Amino acid sequence: MSPAAPGTGPAYQSEAMTGREIKSGRSAVARRQAWEGRIFALPFILGFLAFWLYPMSYSVYLVFQDWDLLSPPSFVGLDNIFELFRDESIGISLGNTSYYTFIGVPLQLILALALALLLNVKVRGLAIYRTLFYLPAMTPIVASAIVWLQILHPEFGILNSFLRNFGIEPVNWLFDPRAAKPAFILMTLWGVGPQMVIFLAGLQGVPQSLYEAAEIDGASRFQRFLFITIPMISSITFFNLVVGVIASFQVFTTAFIMTRGGPQNATLFLVLYLYRNGFQYFKMGYASAIAWMLFVIIVAFTVIQFRLASRWVYEEGAPA
Amino acid sequence: MKKVRRLDGTAMTAHADTSSARQPEPKPSRRVRGRLGRGFSVRSLIHVCLLALGFVFSIPLLWVITTSFKGQGGIFTYPIEWIPDPIVWSNYPRLLNVLTFSGWPGIVFFFRNTFFISILATVGTLVSSILVAYSFARLQWPERNFLFSLSLATMMLPSVVILIPTFLLFRDLKWLNTFMPMIVPFWFAVQGFYIFLLRQFFLGLPAELEEAARIDGANSLRILWGIVVPLSRPAIVTVSIFSFLQHYNEFLSPLLYLNAVEKFPMALGMRMFQGTYTNDWPLMMAATATFILPTICLFLMAQRHFIQGIQLTGLAGR
Repeated sequence: MSPAAPGTGPAYQSEAMTGREIKSGRSAVARRQAWEGRIFALPFILGFLAFWLYPMSYSVYLVFQDWDLLSPPSFVGLDNIFELFRDESIGISLGNTSYYTFIGVPLQLILALALALLLNVKVRGLAIYRTLFYLPAMTPIVASAIVWLQILHPEFGILNSFLRNFGIEPVNWLFDPRAAKPAFILMTLWGVGPQMVIFLAGLQGVPQSLYEAAEIDGASRFQRFLFITIPMISSITFFNLVVGVIASFQVFTTAFIMTRGGPQNATLFLVLYLYRNGFQYFKMGYASAIAWMLFVIIVAFTVIQFRLASRWVYEEGAPA
Repeated sequence: MKKVRRLDGTAMTAHADTSSARQPEPKPSRRVRGRLGRGFSVRSLIHVCLLALGFVFSIPLLWVITTSFKGQGGIFTYPIEWIPDPIVWSNYPRLLNVLTFSGWPGIVFFFRNTFFISILATVGTLVSSILVAYSFARLQWPERNFLFSLSLATMMLPSVVILIPTFLLFRDLKWLNTFMPMIVPFWFAVQGFYIFLLRQFFLGLPAELEEAARIDGANSLRILWGIVVPLSRPAIVTVSIFSFLQHYNEFLSPLLYLNAVEKFPMALGMRMFQGTYTNDWPLMMAATATFILPTICLFLMAQRHFIQGIQLTGLAGR
């Protein structure tokens, strides 16, 4: 129980000491380190309490309140939660968000993987292509929303003038309820650069020996892709899938800028509806209930994906 | 000390080569090359695909650039003029005139605000995340693993859940219409992702040096500042870039917390050009190009760190 003496090296000398001395010598160092550790972690501890735990608990409290920020909050029990099931807009925004996620994310993964596969064939100019595919993801989201607003313009947008070359009638992308969500998904496809880079890293990590062995066994190019590449990068695919779904469920900015939820609520996504309730209708309680619903959905899907993962994700025995 | 540092420097480069996610040099084998060589038609097909896709992916940004050099009428021509005729330079100077606050161009305010917020928030993220990550990686203390798992949990939490209460918190703190909500939290390592990334990197550093310094009586802060931080430049650069971009792009927070236009960052200010001059596409595109330019420059300058960082995050998911 000697006090921690800075500058001395009890831990170092302890090798030659008796068991008890080791213990006390180490514990002085250990105690000092324990305090240093806590002090270093203090920003996180305080930040977690103030900016995560406190808001989370506050949010739970709000779910049971009716509060418009003007009059004091009043307890309404489970009304906000019941309202979730009654509210038509919840069903609509849930449907829109699901469409956007469950069609959009798989398409993103397919495109990202396809690009990564193309780049994995040691082509000349790899760095240039990679830059071209990655740059869109560097575009600030507000900027890309504004750009796409004009690309998708029914009369003067380049997408329609491009389609006209193939004799396709102009589509009212952002004004036609059927076309709006596909347009949004198309926009996300433009930003698959990061996913592509992750896939590329995964592809490059597949041992060449596997391909060579398979080739000797007479496996075709397609078979090698199906039975070696796909399983070997499945953990990467899984990562992209989970992260993609979580991000996609929280889509907000593009819809907020481009369509404000229209046409006919076709792009009313959950976070946009949450924003409306919180900051336009000032229903703090109900908005919190929507937030928790979104949270439960995201966690549920993440858990489901982890459960299903054991069926299709190949985990290498070696630590990665 | 110097000797050790140099020694370690070499150890570090070796480490960086094996563990960082940079693409391993193709060890393969002439056989593979030979195989690809034979499949000449496949190879050229791939090139054609890449060229076509590369062009498609570039169209939106190319279009921003051409449109920003067009006159009002030029945008309605069909087929699209990729090289504007005539080239109109005036859209960029016009950006300075269309929106002014007390005689200053609005866009100058917007950029100043953006850089102010992004830089302060990034510095805060760096300082706090490095301290916390080092504590999680190297210092032994009882509650460490529990707190580390908490920080991982925050990575999974959709931040939307705390949108409303966080807004109310900042309102109670009288932080509305100030930059505080966009800066202060980031001095408290609120983003588990950066803690995780730095911790992983610190764990990969050779521990011997730190132990030697500890035996010589250096405290953890000196070890962190003198040994760990200089060795961790790649990870620190990656975190800085990601963090800077994140704040540069941030739209929702300023939308919620700021209402005075002269306090808007560019992400929000862009909408002022859009709102006021809806049909003035060339002006809008000039604003967009100006807004995008810094991020593209940053990417081109630090491409290696980007790719590494992205790959690191992806591979960490394994």
